[in-house]
Amino acid sequence: MTNQLVLTTPSAREIVLSRSFDAPRRMVFDAFSKPELLVRWYGANGWQLVVCEMDLRVGGTWRYVSEGPHGATMGQSGTYLEITPPERLVVTELFDDQSYPGETTITHEFIEQDERTTVETTLLFATPVGREIVLGYPMARGVSESYERLSEVLADMQT
Amino acid sequence: MCLASALVTVYNQMVMNATALDSTFAALADPTRRAILARLAAGEASVGELAAPFAMSQPAVSKHLRVLERAGLISRGRAAQRRPCRLEASALRVATDWLDALRRHWEESYQRLDALLEEMKAAEAGGQRRGGKP
Repeated sequence: MTNQLVLTTPSAREIVLSRSFDAPRRMVFDAFSKPELLVRWYGANGWQLVVCEMDLRVGGTWRYVSEGPHGATMGQSGTYLEITPPERLVVTELFDDQSYPGETTITHEFIEQDERTTVETTLLFATPVGREIVLGYPMARGVSESYERLSEVLADMQT
Repeated sequence: MCLASALVTVYNQMVMNATALDSTFAALADPTRRAILARLAAGEASVGELAAPFAMSQPAVSKHLRVLERAGLISRGRAAQRRPCRLEASALRVATDWLDALRRHWEESYQRLDALLEEMKAAEAGGQRRGGKP
């Protein structure tokens, strides 16, 4: 059984990502909140966390630096707003090369049912997503040329 | 063109489209409008043809079309009667490319997380076997 990532855009400022895992939520929560575990999975293919600092307490800060193809680097950091193991983690996020002011608030909800965990991640942008994208979010990856994906993306957004 | 300059070109193009993108995403936030775009991805259509599957009046559909047109997501032909609607791929593409990059970041990360969780489960089961009942 494949666990599909579902991406929705409920409002102009929000993007929601949802994905299930075949593991109890205490494990999934650990994988999100312990640096030695996070470095093992976080990042698109070809990208690797080379810095992963977490001061895991409310008001504490976190910082990640990723290294990608052709020596590209990407830094991001933020503050912990809420830490409720193993069910909820809320942080702010700001990219180093973000020229537009405004932090993104990221809420991870860990929902367990029958030894499976669904992670629902809400990205709440400070401004409408379009502006955030172009001025803020680094385009870390090459741009896909596939026009066919269009209807796929639209179909996924429907769900 | 090398990857870096290709990215710079895309980035500049995106900065120019900043305001347009705001309206793009606002337009995309509505499920009826997304369905209309999905329909138009298959080919151009008139207002009547678009209204048919939606149990919606033509004026209601026209309202959505105006939002999509303002966002630069569709254009409308000038043929007096029919005025067919056409998907404008480039405006949508900047948005979908970005969503696609975001999706891939998480999809690829999560595939690795699947493997890590399997390892954690196996380690825990092994630990319990060695240490007897937890």
